Amino acid sequence: MTDLTLMDALRACADGSVVADVGPRPSDLTVRLDRTSDLPAAAAVLIGPHSMTLATVVATDETATPGGDLKIRYVFEPTAPGAPDRFVTLMVSMDAARPEVPSLTTIVPAANWHERESRDLFGIVPIGHPDPRPLVVHDGWPQGVFPLRKAFDGSRRVPVEPANEFPHLVAEGEGVFEIPVGPIHAGIIEPGHFRFTSVGETVLHLDARLFYAHRGLEKRIEGLSPIDAFYVAERICGVCSVAHGLGYCEALEQIAGVDVPPRARLIRSIALELERLYNHVGDIGNICAGAAFHYGTTTGMRLKERLQQMNEQIAGNRFLRGLMVPGGARLDLPDDLLRVLRATLQETLAGLDNLMGRIEANPSVVDRLDDTGVLQHQAALDLAVAGVAARASGVDRDARRDHPHGAFAGPTPPDLHVVTMSEGDAMARMTVRALEARESIRLVDEFVRRIEPGPLQVALAEPLPGGRIGISAIESPRGEAVHWLRTDAGGRIDRYHLRSPSYHNWPAVLLAAETAIVPDFPLVNKSFELCYSCTDR
Amino acid sequence: MLRILINALRTGVVTTRYPAEATVAPGRFRGAPVLLPGSRLPPPAVCPAGALSERFDSGGRHVALDLARCVFCGRCAVDPWEDAVTMGRDFELAARSREDLRIEVVADDPAAPTTRPLPDRDADAVRTSSEIRRVLGRSLHLRHLDAGSCNACDWELAALLNPVYDVRRLGIDFVASPRHADGVVVTGSVTRNLETAVRRTVEAIPEPRVVIAVGACGASGGIVGEGYASAGGVDRVLPVDVYIPGCPPRPEAIIFGILVAVGRLDARRSPRNA
Repeated sequence: MTDLTLMDALRACADGSVVADVGPRPSDLTVRLDRTSDLPAAAAVLIGPHSMTLATVVATDETATPGGDLKIRYVFEPTAPGAPDRFVTLMVSMDAARPEVPSLTTIVPAANWHERESRDLFGIVPIGHPDPRPLVVHDGWPQGVFPLRKAFDGSRRVPVEPANEFPHLVAEGEGVFEIPVGPIHAGIIEPGHFRFTSVGETVLHLDARLFYAHRGLEKRIEGLSPIDAFYVAERICGVCSVAHGLGYCEALEQIAGVDVPPRARLIRSIALELERLYNHVGDIGNICAGAAFHYGTTTGMRLKERLQQMNEQIAGNRFLRGLMVPGGARLDLPDDLLRVLRATLQETLAGLDNLMGRIEANPSVVDRLDDTGVLQHQAALDLAVAGVAARASGVDRDARRDHPHGAFAGPTPPDLHVVTMSEGDAMARMTVRALEARESIRLVDEFVRRIEPGPLQVALAEPLPGGRIGISAIESPRGEAVHWLRTDAGGRIDRYHLRSPSYHNWPAVLLAAETAIVPDFPLVNKSFELCYSCTDR
Repeated sequence: MLRILINALRTGVVTTRYPAEATVAPGRFRGAPVLLPGSRLPPPAVCPAGALSERFDSGGRHVALDLARCVFCGRCAVDPWEDAVTMGRDFELAARSREDLRIEVVADDPAAPTTRPLPDRDADAVRTSSEIRRVLGRSLHLRHLDAGSCNACDWELAALLNPVYDVRRLGIDFVASPRHADGVVVTGSVTRNLETAVRRTVEAIPEPRVVIAVGACGASGGIVGEGYASAGGVDRVLPVDVYIPGCPPRPEAIIFGILVAVGRLDARRSPRNA
């Protein structure tokens, strides 16, 4: 579809004025809608005839700038495999005294949590949203206090007010039981609350309450220098450190208008694949734990440990923190480390093949995984599910191909085999991981062969240009993460928003769990293996 | 089944001998920064986590590093401060008080010694925790409590149960209920949304109990700090017995910290390594 037909369709559905600009990137489009009431029709055009999906939603408080107000941007992206790399942003302004926007959740289900979050943090009310409950702020948060408004002082703690018990969404009836789980769990895992309603072992409904790990990091980053903010972005999530560090860097480098040298691009992409690899291998081990296959669990742990020890050798940190900086790579990968890298990956490949062989030859494990926790293809599309979970339900999307980054953004990107399956069950998610882990090993090998001598970093001009927006999408181990960054007039961070893959995938876990029995929930959950910390921020 | 047995035999024993034998971290590992007195030390603003501070008196400029806050990013050890700060490889940093994690140097005076209070941690531990040692010394059951971490510290705690670190060989295990625990390892800066759950969980652990803050966020708030959603460290909410610096601390650094907590380090070191 050309921009012309897209713009004609948007104009046709709007009563008010529709103004389009190129941006944030040259391939992107930002459409300003004069009237908030035109938003649902415009969104319907994008998701319908233009087969786009929701990438992220970013609210901003611009009341401090002359003539400013509150703004909300719904950012869409194409879904067709091989579609051009672009984002289309629908932007509306609201009066800060009465910020209201028609909810898109009923036509774009993926907007559900985004709109609840904007309501909690900015006070932007999504009119017609089906769920009035708070999402990010929990019991005792004072009414009418919106922490991401600029007037709010984020450095202070806010008193806890008396509160009623949170209204969980539950099923009711004779013989229906409620099972509360969390936020503190029995294992060494992150915090979240799950409320099952069940009859016997059958799950009737599962409601989740997350954001226990909400640390206020997006507020923390505001006002920082772009370099300082990088160290926060790299620490939003431990097991996505490379992906989020890279996403932040690429958004920042867009604003700075610099090109990262080829050697640094390759090092960053090697790190991204190594992160995927230790995650995927560890996740396969964890899935075995969910299926009570102890040999598989310990083998997965041992292979993951070997990879994390190698991470420490090459980056000085077992989570690969410190390998990159804005502008390039901080540490080089000299030949001796590249040899260590290749040898370790060959060892890992042999170990992984062996582990998968043992799993597939074990009928009691296969029986637990087959048809367990099914995520339907249509549900994966509606919820804009990302990554392994999407590809295991037949959604052919991968940000390395759809929004090229790292070494994939170079002039001759390597071939990428995007693995998809159609079953959508725990078995499919595990199999996709195993195949992707092998693909990561192949890619690292190719990146290593492509490495040539050259500079590691390019300098970023200081201060950075003010009032510019950068947007990037990175394929993290869990799927596409979208970073949105804007500098203030002085070149410091005005607003940063991360939409992690887990943010879109959690609602899918709840759907998939309803196809399983209560005792299988740990297995279903581990087969998605989502992050709480990068959802909650 | 036979294949599994053959694989297990072929793999052999992968378990480390730490802490009975010392471990050397890889060359690139970023452990405790070493500040050289008399050199041009970096200004505090260099540190993204706020771990550096400075004060001036008649002796000149004093630069202090708070290891509890440090995220070991190495930014203070790059050009133009690479001669002033080097990232050391020491990872056995756990201490029983925040003060023990403060390193101060006089920037302008090469002769002035570095003030790093190096308490005899074990002797100290024995003195202050004889009760804990008497009751819990031989076997320690810990509950993990995520108080809003980034999950990195949590993964390293989980790694303690993998075949390489296997802390059960040291009599340490992680249990599912606080009622079964002798102590708690807390990760994260204690978020507002978890504060009540954190207090309740710790109160459910029978006395005497040890509280170990793992990682920069738990020890001091780390890169997260204090804010509308974060208390800024475990000791803002509960008394802490041991602080383990790191972002995250590597698994052996956590083992070290747990042994400091129960004053058991001497007993685990074999004579030739002591």
